[in-house]
Amino acid sequence: MAFIEVSGISKSFTAATGTVRPVLRDVSLSVERGEFASIVGAMGSGKSTLLSILAGLTSADRGSVMVGGTTVRGVRSDAAFVFQNYSLLPWFTALENVRLAVEAAFPDLARQAQLAQARHALEQVGLGNALNRRPGQLSGGMRQRVAIARAFATNPEVLFLDEPFGALDALTRETVQQDLVRLCSSAERPVTTVMITNSVEEAILLSDWIVPMLPGPPATLGAPIAVQLARPRSVAQLAHEEDATHVRGHVIATLTAALGGRARRMPAKPDEDPVAPVALATEESR
Amino acid sequence: MKRVMHLMLPTVGLGLALLVWWGASLKVPDLPSPVRTWEESRIYIMEPFVKRGETDQGIALLAYYSLIRVAQGFLLGIVIGTPVGFLFGVSPLITRMFDPLMQVMRPISPLAWLPLGLVLFQKSEPAALFAIAVCSMWPTIINTMMGVRAIPQDYWNVAKVLRLSRTTTFLKVIVPATLPYMFTGYRLSLGIAWLVIVASEMLTGTPGVGGFLWQEYNSLIYAHILLAIITIGIIGFVLDRLMGLAEARLRAV
Repeated sequence: MAFIEVSGISKSFTAATGTVRPVLRDVSLSVERGEFASIVGAMGSGKSTLLSILAGLTSADRGSVMVGGTTVRGVRSDAAFVFQNYSLLPWFTALENVRLAVEAAFPDLARQAQLAQARHALEQVGLGNALNRRPGQLSGGMRQRVAIARAFATNPEVLFLDEPFGALDALTRETVQQDLVRLCSSAERPVTTVMITNSVEEAILLSDWIVPMLPGPPATLGAPIAVQLARPRSVAQLAHEEDATHVRGHVIATLTAALGGRARRMPAKPDEDPVAPVALATEESR
Repeated sequence: MKRVMHLMLPTVGLGLALLVWWGASLKVPDLPSPVRTWEESRIYIMEPFVKRGETDQGIALLAYYSLIRVAQGFLLGIVIGTPVGFLFGVSPLITRMFDPLMQVMRPISPLAWLPLGLVLFQKSEPAALFAIAVCSMWPTIINTMMGVRAIPQDYWNVAKVLRLSRTTTFLKVIVPATLPYMFTGYRLSLGIAWLVIVASEMLTGTPGVGGFLWQEYNSLIYAHILLAIITIGIIGFVLDRLMGLAEARLRAV
């Protein structure tokens, strides 16, 4: 069994008015230990809901989520999370923000040792000279580096990334992305990562697998697309590489096919399954 | 130039107010003019710490008594109001249970609470504290509650994802996030406490600015009423400014 094993989860939200809005339907996913999987889809397609369910922040209506062989009920102690923004506490310094995570994960550790571990994590992302600055005094990229340092400071086995680079400008984005790649590969134990993003480019740069999210509602997942490109990768190199172009085309085709399928389906035949032709296309190209 | 205007305009406003006061004093024979008020009050202002009798004391001493009383009542009010506000903030159930009661109790005048305090405590001093505390705690409760409710979902998520304990979440997330709101509540509460002190001193006749005001009215020394009114205004203004400064410092974080 894969390290992360999601089978048949569905989720609906009930609005205050009483209308039920289905968000996810019959979503399954497996990620092997140490792999990096990206779920790519448009904004508002249900990606965040899916990630919240994987991380144990929300529970699914149906289906099961297993991580490391145990069913997910609540946030796991070996999991870490990086959000798009506002995930640092503005009243604490960078060091205190990271130490808080270390303290929560290792409550028996002496305060000095917690501080040392937090400092080490921040040095890993090049923030050794900004330890005592508050988030308000840091640039967006630096803030996200603090968030990444905080995630790795507890030596996690699973990493959930919710659009972690979404708020950054293009130049900052790549340097922070490379920080993440470096930390993932230099971690003491293999880190299994699930990232959600709306950037195909970002997914190709970072992932072993790309899973397209096909918009609903309710949303479903397309067949995973392997990204078998040598590492280390860089944005510049990926722009020219033929394999990267192939993957990019494949992902975009899958996503647009789903959109087209939905557009065609909605007025005419509401029962037609928009997933089928897309899944077929994925099989062919493999 | 801008600086000059900055000082000039309030001075002009003050001058106009004095003019209106002076004009009114010409029409109303019992109302002392600004000059007479100054002459009759001078001894209280120039010798602010001299104690001549139970209520016949320098204005600073009188203000000191009032401030001590306000501080006690205000502290009592926020010591009760802050935790209640947190409780209301985190628990919709408790809010729904007590909200109607709170809405009914909130508009009750200090003049109405004071007699109840006298019945409960039999003495004027604790009755005054009771009235101040009861009247001044509402803004603290309401603002603390709103502050907790206004905590962005992101911060709750951080607490969840880091698996912070309840105590840690409270101390390191909820309290710091709510602090600016709490201080807005404290500032409003202090303002109310200062309003209540005058009323409660007038009713109970305890020494202080309010007690002094009422006694001088009964002794027909009207200039001293104006002295007391101006003193109350200035102290209220200074208190508000001091709390405002504390609040601004917190918001800057």
